[in-house]
Amino acid sequence: METLEKVLTPEEQFQARIDADVRIEPKDWMPDAYRKTLIRQISQHAHSELVGMLPEGNWITRAPSLKRKSILLAKVQDEAGHGLYLYSAAETLGTTRDQMLADLHSGKAKYSSIFNYPTLSWADMGCVGWLVDGAAILNQVPLCRTSYGPYARAMVRVCKEESFHQRQGFEVMQTLCEGAPVQKEMAQEALNRWWWPTLMMFGPKDADSPNTAQSMNWRIKRFTNDELRQKFVDMMVPQAEFLGLTVPDPAVKWNEERQAYDFGEVNWDEFWAVVKGNGLCNHERLQARVQAHEDGAWVREAANAHAAKRAAREAVAA
Amino acid sequence: MNQSEWPLWEVFIRSKQGLDHKHVGSLHAADATMAVQNARDVYTRRLEGVSIWVVESKHIHASNPDDSEAFFDPAADKVYRHPTFYEVPDSIKHM
Ligand SMILES: [Fe+2]
Ligand SMILES: [Fe+2]
Repeated sequence: METLEKVLTPEEQFQARIDADVRIEPKDWMPDAYRKTLIRQISQHAHSELVGMLPEGNWITRAPSLKRKSILLAKVQDEAGHGLYLYSAAETLGTTRDQMLADLHSGKAKYSSIFNYPTLSWADMGCVGWLVDGAAILNQVPLCRTSYGPYARAMVRVCKEESFHQRQGFEVMQTLCEGAPVQKEMAQEALNRWWWPTLMMFGPKDADSPNTAQSMNWRIKRFTNDELRQKFVDMMVPQAEFLGLTVPDPAVKWNEERQAYDFGEVNWDEFWAVVKGNGLCNHERLQARVQAHEDGAWVREAANAHAAKRAAREAVAA
Repeated sequence: MNQSEWPLWEVFIRSKQGLDHKHVGSLHAADATMAVQNARDVYTRRLEGVSIWVVESKHIHASNPDDSEAFFDPAADKVYRHPTFYEVPDSIKHM
């Protein structure tokens, strides 16, 4: 039987698939803007994993015990893996690893601003795991259901590994809080330093985030920035209380009516300043990244030469 | 700049004896030996596998998603290939 069907444009067919929660795979047709937005989003995410190794790498040689050192090494190694999963996902959209790294190193591409803050004491390792990885998890769990298949699969892998990161951070904080008064003080100071920058990780206020609506339509973003920020505060305030620490925001107060915590306004001037490159460590982080890449050039070349030599020898033998 | 980029490899992992190798992702490596070692380091850090296959991505041939409707069409109208197509009397057991 013939039915009268309106002929859908490729864009409409694409959106219909997304609305029906059908995943988009690399070789499927997709609008240019979807492809471009995803390349930017996924590569930024990958860059954040990569640069994110630096503030923690800073403490590997100074971890207070062999156990903590092993844990920190394992975590930093995981972050390298997360970078790899995400770069691979971005590559399926037609960009190259070299291009993405070139954009990171030239400063054209962004990474999460949180990594432009310094890690001054061992307690900062606790806060990075507990708060920063905690915020990352809130961002990442919904992305396991994102519309682009390779991205969603990468996120499933990332999320599986991420929860150990947050737990080890919480354990560092808990150990400090149960220790000597000076250790607890160290924990409180670290929380004071990291609380607000972590709230900034969720991005600008919804009103200042003009691309949110399109991204939600494409299901490459599943909650708004403000929704995630609120979730984070609701999750973290009781955990800080458990530790006997005080969140550095006098406006934090349980709101019975909203069944959520009220909290103060983020310093948006600071947020934009760090995004624009004027944070405490922007320069240092990028320099360390470029240096590592340049120092590794001979290794990459040598491996290529070795592979070519071996291939030639095998060709002769065959 | 692109000549320096190592070739791309697809990674397949058997999570335990008796199961198929399953695609888990990809990575860059200069040669197959390095691809297997890198795959171990990235994809089996928590004992996720007992065996690894790597295949250079350029060697994978795939069906075309634009043709998938016509391509898979021959299977679409053959419900009799499924056991549920047949009605078995209630009194018949073990079928
Ligand atoms: Fe990560
Ligand atoms: Fe992490």
